[in-house]
Amino acid sequence: MLDTTTGLGATNTRARPPMLDPALLPRAIGDAFRKLNPATLIRNPVIFVTEVVSILVTVLAGSAAGRGEPWGFQAGIAVWLWFTVLFATFAEAVAEGRGRARAESLRKARTDTQAKVLIRADDRSLWQPRGATELHVGDLVLVEAGDLIPSDGEVVQGIASVNEAAVTGESAPVIRESGGDRSAVTGGTLVVSDWIVVRITAAPGSTFLDRMISLVEGASRQKTPNEIALDILLAGMTIIFLIAVASVVGLASWNGQPPSVPVLAALLVTLIPTTIGGLLSAIGIAGMDRLVRFNVMATSGRAVEAAGDVDVLLLDKTGTITLGNRQAAAFVPVAGVAERDLAEAAVLSSLADETPEGRSILAFARDRHGITPPALPAHATVVPFTAQTRISGLDMDGAQYRKGAADSLIRAAGGGAPAALREAVDRIARVGGTPLVVAKDNRILGAIELKDIVKPGIRERFAALRKMGIRTVMVTGDNRLTAAAIATEAGVDDFIAEATPQDKLQYIRDAQGEGRLVAMAGDGTNDAPALAQADVGVAMQTGTQAAREAGNMVDLDSDPTKLIEVVEIGKQLLITRGALTTFSIANDVAKYFAILPAIFVLQYPELQALNVMRLASPESAILSAVIFNALIIVALVPLALRGVRYTPVGAAALLRRNLLIYGLGGIVAPFVGIKIIDVILQLLGIA
Amino acid sequence: MTLLGWAQIALVLALTVAAAVPIGRYIAAVADGRVTWLRPVETLFYRVGGIDPARGQDWRGYALAMLAANAAGFVLLFAILRLQGVLPLNPQGASGMSSWLAFNTAVSFVTNTNWQAYSGEVAASYLSQMAGFTVQNFLSASTGIALALAVSRAFARGGLRELGNFWADFTRVTLYVLLPMAVVLGFAFVALGMPQTLADYATATTLEGAQQTIPLGPVAFQVAIKHLGTNGGGFFGVNSLHPFEGPDAIATALQIMAQAVIPFALCLAFGRIVGDIRQGRALLAVMLGFVVVATAAIYAAEAAGNPLMTAMGVDPAMGNMEGKDVRFGLPLVALFTATTTGASCGAVNAMFDSFTPLGGMVPLFLIQLGEVLPGGVGSGLYGMLVFALLAVFVAGLMVGRTPEYLGKKVQAREIKLAMLAVLILPTAILGFTAVSLVLPAAISSIQDGGPHGLSEMLYAYTSAAGNNGSAFGGLTADTPWLNTTLGIAMLLGRFAFVVPVMAIAGSLAAKPRAPEGAGTFPTHGPLFAGLLAGVILILGGLQFLPSLTLGPIAEHFSLLTGKTF
Repeated sequence: MLDTTTGLGATNTRARPPMLDPALLPRAIGDAFRKLNPATLIRNPVIFVTEVVSILVTVLAGSAAGRGEPWGFQAGIAVWLWFTVLFATFAEAVAEGRGRARAESLRKARTDTQAKVLIRADDRSLWQPRGATELHVGDLVLVEAGDLIPSDGEVVQGIASVNEAAVTGESAPVIRESGGDRSAVTGGTLVVSDWIVVRITAAPGSTFLDRMISLVEGASRQKTPNEIALDILLAGMTIIFLIAVASVVGLASWNGQPPSVPVLAALLVTLIPTTIGGLLSAIGIAGMDRLVRFNVMATSGRAVEAAGDVDVLLLDKTGTITLGNRQAAAFVPVAGVAERDLAEAAVLSSLADETPEGRSILAFARDRHGITPPALPAHATVVPFTAQTRISGLDMDGAQYRKGAADSLIRAAGGGAPAALREAVDRIARVGGTPLVVAKDNRILGAIELKDIVKPGIRERFAALRKMGIRTVMVTGDNRLTAAAIATEAGVDDFIAEATPQDKLQYIRDAQGEGRLVAMAGDGTNDAPALAQADVGVAMQTGTQAAREAGNMVDLDSDPTKLIEVVEIGKQLLITRGALTTFSIANDVAKYFAILPAIFVLQYPELQALNVMRLASPESAILSAVIFNALIIVALVPLALRGVRYTPVGAAALLRRNLLIYGLGGIVAPFVGIKIIDVILQLLGIA
Repeated sequence: MTLLGWAQIALVLALTVAAAVPIGRYIAAVADGRVTWLRPVETLFYRVGGIDPARGQDWRGYALAMLAANAAGFVLLFAILRLQGVLPLNPQGASGMSSWLAFNTAVSFVTNTNWQAYSGEVAASYLSQMAGFTVQNFLSASTGIALALAVSRAFARGGLRELGNFWADFTRVTLYVLLPMAVVLGFAFVALGMPQTLADYATATTLEGAQQTIPLGPVAFQVAIKHLGTNGGGFFGVNSLHPFEGPDAIATALQIMAQAVIPFALCLAFGRIVGDIRQGRALLAVMLGFVVVATAAIYAAEAAGNPLMTAMGVDPAMGNMEGKDVRFGLPLVALFTATTTGASCGAVNAMFDSFTPLGGMVPLFLIQLGEVLPGGVGSGLYGMLVFALLAVFVAGLMVGRTPEYLGKKVQAREIKLAMLAVLILPTAILGFTAVSLVLPAAISSIQDGGPHGLSEMLYAYTSAAGNNGSAFGGLTADTPWLNTTLGIAMLLGRFAFVVPVMAIAGSLAAKPRAPEGAGTFPTHGPLFAGLLAGVILILGGLQFLPSLTLGPIAEHFSLLTGKTF
């Protein structure tokens, strides 16, 4: 059920792997080295600069050693500069590794099956085998029990049960049939019974499975708009600090000697934002991975980011806000009938009723009146529900127990119905419920109120969303009155009653016209335009191909409620990026206090006064700052992968808390860290 | 430091902020074209210039018009300075400036810097002062304000293409804001004893019977605009320290108010233009906060005096009075210094070269922070808005949304341009200073050795790139190298900064303005003010720490150990 207090907590616990799976480590370490290739590293300007500087210092240390000069200090700096680069590439490798296991299992599903391509559309007996990778869009393919579906497509003929575990992880087979909203099939899934004819809709290499594989591997990962902007900021800061450090050469030449290149390199690398630069892509991959683990596939990182920005959530009433089927909520007896008698008659009339509504009557009678439903007696005659009579029930011990639509039963009872009953029936219908009338031997006892049950906890959920500044809008086919009643009960901000696809589309356009971002979930073909128009459109895996193409995310579990979590994951991604950026930049203050006195103390011994951390020597001060700068990347990898905790409170409260933790914390932490490293270096007798 | 001193500071600041409130409202009305009391004059200008004030310009059109106006101003001023020897109104017979000096001076006045590599009473004719400097004092100031108005409009609504009409803004700001305020202030200065005359310099016989030439001139009204327009170029070489340019404490207090009031008021005008006065107040609060802290730091550093002088038996009670005048006193010197460097004015009523190292570092650092505290007229506001965008971007992600400022999404394009703008100051300041400290032709200009010499060079480029114009002193600035490179630094600091800013404005104007909600990053209130201050210090200040360490900070700690250079 929904967890309203921790937001992501409850839902994200599913199958969460350990943060660093030891089995993945060797591969990640190997990848970390492979990623040192400057040609690929240049995509990350901060770390690229660090690598260039590392090479420079390494060469200088080597040549110093060659000339027989002291080289230990330079080599120390070089080693830790390399670690800085390696920790950054390692972070990315670990993030990618976590998705790779999933990709492997997906890849297994993408076997090169032989497809049975129909030669004539109307003849299932004439087909020729063709490799799945050679299929074209528009080919008609026969898939029979035991066959893997060769590629993505739309069922045009037949009905079959399909095991989609390869994609969704859920092994209970689902029905796929032509027409309607369950016509989409995914390549790599298995037909377990019957047969279908599928029209192929995806070119080889661009099937859903292919997209998923590259997505979870992070291979085709493109930088999201926000990431690009952040990259520019970081590159800009790198240039600023390059200028600042280069100018030291000239500045220190006045009245002294400029510091050595390794020392300047240390200053540069500690000042440029290596922490966020090193973790940025890991944060992005991990955010996508959280979504994947949550069984939602986003077609682009852009969509995940947009999810964080959403202002309006369009939610279907049925299945999202309400439980999806009507349930008994009250017994309304006519005058002269005890409520308990009505309840008992209702129970008996529903004994054989296997529909959720019928079950809910039994459950309600038990909860409300303590009536334990008896087992269906052998001598009873079941009167099944038919569309003609609209009545069902049971004949037992000479009595007829019936329930059904009000007018049908009233007619069966001879047309005589108390005015009070008509009133009750009207009232129930007016507030959005469905009235059922119960009769025993054609005597009307009263009505049962069936109503949409709002999911428990959803009201609190919407309240939390409101605090985050997100409006929830309920979309329903019900009339206005019914919709208004449910909307009030569920606590949504607005509703669209008697909604047509056109209404939805218009609502989204209007909201966007006011500058708002809209997210919605949908499954049917008629949802496709709205899904495409929405900034975040989550299509259901069980939905039509058209819906899946239109949306920018597909929910493999087909649970529209997840839209809320998708929004939270998007927000968490942005928050994590912002928090680590703030932390990284705030770190610079302490690093200045460590390095500046160390660099200039030879020139002006009085500057020792600036050494507020009382670091042991200029060498250990510089080395400690560089080591801290490298280690902080590793220390923050778990946070980058897990994401900063997100609680749905208002922006102001969120900002205050995060500024305190990551801003102020970012200023203080390195003072402590650098001092500790300095002490350790002393104890080890280094520097 | 005395209670009375603090009271003086508090009083002057309170009066300044109080005056900023109605002036802010008035400027917002001028920006809207709602002020019309000089309509005939205004329309005359439009008719002569062939301008349709209602025709809007996009950011490119606006920026190009601004560049054209300033280029014309530069050419005119350069010609006057070169030719002043043969032009009228030159009773003292000043000769034409060298082309190096004329370039530097013309750039200086066009960019609202007013760095002066010359001494006004010796090297400038009355014509240069009035038709050259005073005119540019007005025009460079209205350029800045017009730009700030255009940038403000970008936040006001969504889907805008046009930012206003430069010529209309330029004319209206000059006519309705700067001229009337300068006239009122000018009369006040005349009443306080400043000369306003075209007569020859006076000759007086001193008590010892010696002959003394006393420079005069049309001082009062030029000084009025010098402060109001945050220009800062003194009529006389020693600026407001000269008894005719800063006759008494009242005059100096008026000058402090004049140089800070329009930058403050523009924040409030911004708030009105964008329809949320709290946004303007938050920016004003940050500016004011920095001014107060900087004033306190200068006051404290100077009041502590010079330990070496104390050791020689000088009574430390007076504080460090070298280069200062008792008619102002330390508190007003501290406040004047903080506002003149914070506000990109550059007028001085004391000699920074004689400040204690830390006291001298404060004005230096204030300029390096980007001249946004409160910054020059107009330039302070748009510079501050760049920092606001960066602050929103860095920390705004932490609320889980794409960062927005006033409902406008801050994205890659804005960040790229903002970083381009932010890069200008460190490049110009640190680049030129570092080169000049190893270049023999430049080193020969430096008067002092040790860290103080570095400060002199660093201050010159800082002042130029920040378009401040104040001088630290101790530097012989009238050399081809310094005239040229300082001129380039001024051009970069003004135009290479503002063109990207205008591009940001163009980009933001076109974006829809998202409505504010509970999930929106709040950009008013103390939390944002604190964040903005932090971002200014970290993104605007950290890169200068090595240079400050090698300059004033090294000098300070050396001084404490009794070492001199």
